[in-house]
Amino acid sequence: MTNTNSRTNPPRTNTVLLDPTNERRVSTMERVGRPESLRGLTVGLLDISKARGDVFIDRLEERLSEMGADVRRYKKPTFTKPAPVDLRHEIATQCQVVIEALAD
Amino acid sequence: MSSIELPNGLVIIVKRECETCRMVVPVIEQLRDTRDDVIVFVQDDPTFPSGMDVRHDADLSVSWHHDIETVPTVIRVVDGVEVERTVGWVRDEWERVTGVGSLGGNLPAFRPGCGSLSVDPDLVDELRVRFGATVLSARRVETAAAEDEFEAMFDRGWTDGLPVVPPTEERVMRMLTGTTRSPSDMVAIVPPDLVEVTVEKIAINAVMAGCKPEYLPWVIAAVEAVCNDTFNIHGVLATTMPVGPVIVCNVPGTRAIGMNSGMNVFGQGNRANLTIGRAVQLVIRNVGGGRPGEVDRATHGNPGKISFCFAEDEVGSPWTSLAASRGVASGVDAITVFPGEGPRCVVDQLARDPESLTNTFAACLRTLHNPKSVLTFDAILVMGPEHARVYAEAGWDRDRVLEELHARLQISGEDLVRGAHGIAEGVPERLRGLTLPKFRPGGILLVHAGGGAGLFSAIIGGWANGDVGSQPVTREVTA
Repeated sequence: MTNTNSRTNPPRTNTVLLDPTNERRVSTMERVGRPESLRGLTVGLLDISKARGDVFIDRLEERLSEMGADVRRYKKPTFTKPAPVDLRHEIATQCQVVIEALAD
Repeated sequence: MSSIELPNGLVIIVKRECETCRMVVPVIEQLRDTRDDVIVFVQDDPTFPSGMDVRHDADLSVSWHHDIETVPTVIRVVDGVEVERTVGWVRDEWERVTGVGSLGGNLPAFRPGCGSLSVDPDLVDELRVRFGATVLSARRVETAAAEDEFEAMFDRGWTDGLPVVPPTEERVMRMLTGTTRSPSDMVAIVPPDLVEVTVEKIAINAVMAGCKPEYLPWVIAAVEAVCNDTFNIHGVLATTMPVGPVIVCNVPGTRAIGMNSGMNVFGQGNRANLTIGRAVQLVIRNVGGGRPGEVDRATHGNPGKISFCFAEDEVGSPWTSLAASRGVASGVDAITVFPGEGPRCVVDQLARDPESLTNTFAACLRTLHNPKSVLTFDAILVMGPEHARVYAEAGWDRDRVLEELHARLQISGEDLVRGAHGIAEGVPERLRGLTLPKFRPGGILLVHAGGGAGLFSAIIGGWANGDVGSQPVTREVTA
């Protein structure tokens, strides 16, 4: 490539930087297929402990039970922290479907 | 262990540029006449000393690996191991180390040496990378020659919206000299992605934030202090409220690194205050993956989420420090992290007695977040020196100030229930008959800071406190 600039610029060198990030590669996971019906399935309802979340979840439980789902209720100790690993494991092993409810 | 072994015998390291090295040439000749195991390494000019068979430490690897700080240095090596050394010219020392007497009879008994080329400020960063960069395990990212590296860092999402210093190997190696910890040491697990962060990754982000190496221990301590279940940086980051980690630093190290505890203490202009807090936030962003609009859901945020870090003025304080009140021994460097919003000013220019001033503080603290909110949030009260003087003159200590404040912040349930004073917000009706404290015990943190003129103080409001939210955390700072 011809440099049309009449002044001569000093040659630029490549800069090597150290990556400040966690360098993780995000793995993609397949979603579980949507069930045809909730009848007979165990549905977990996770209350994150926000105010009035229970109002919403009570109504969900009512509707899901009418649809023939076996509903189980779970609750995070506080909405400000991620669900404890034991709780996540419990839900994953006991339920086929889970609904996490946010409210305020 | 050094990677460049020294030959057995007497090793003498010199450079022509050094006048003391030139002065001791006759001594080196005298030694070579006496012993056949004298090996001379020269750092700069391989023809020096003239006529002598020398080894040229051209890449300074021998000098670097054997920590040569001064030339001349004489080292006695037995079986590949250094037994003893002397630096500069001290006749007695040279005679002791070499085992040869009557050295340099016509020379003065003592003359200091010169700085080794391997510690030359113009070379040391490059040498540190040449001989030490293999300890760095971060991925190398090469920018194209035509690429502006500042723009490249914006494009990669590495910044908080302001330019950052390019984290080159040289700069990161220099940053790492600020700590005795190994670059590979794991410091904490950083939310929200729950990724282990090493000293090296913190150093990279500290370079980007603009820190000096001597700030690094403070940054490491702050990262440790926020990344745990007690402080809960995950929640502090994710909340819709406008809070971020507020870092209060306590002496003596704050003065050594030039932190500001006085005039414009929360403002612009002080490198240590601004870059330590910024480095912590960059670690959360880059290592933890905590970015605004993603896990950070703040409705408004606040400018302190770029950096909010300051030192307490302990020298001018009538009280024990915040760190001491939280169990840190006096004279020990410490930081306290608090989940805080931006500061707001308390003005009281007429108070000359502590009762009146306390009434002002209580009235202002009462309105924190909502006048009808109680027990949910903590606060830092940053007392300006002119206000603190009112208490000092009246003989009120820290405990008395806090006790009197809490006593004035007991609020009748009548004023707090939902709907009272035409405000829907409030506590449930069943609490109407109670008297409730605005703050939980220990919920007001008292700090002394600010400029010497102005009858002002500041309140920094907190976030959901206790086990359900975030607790202030205090950590000692160690090199």
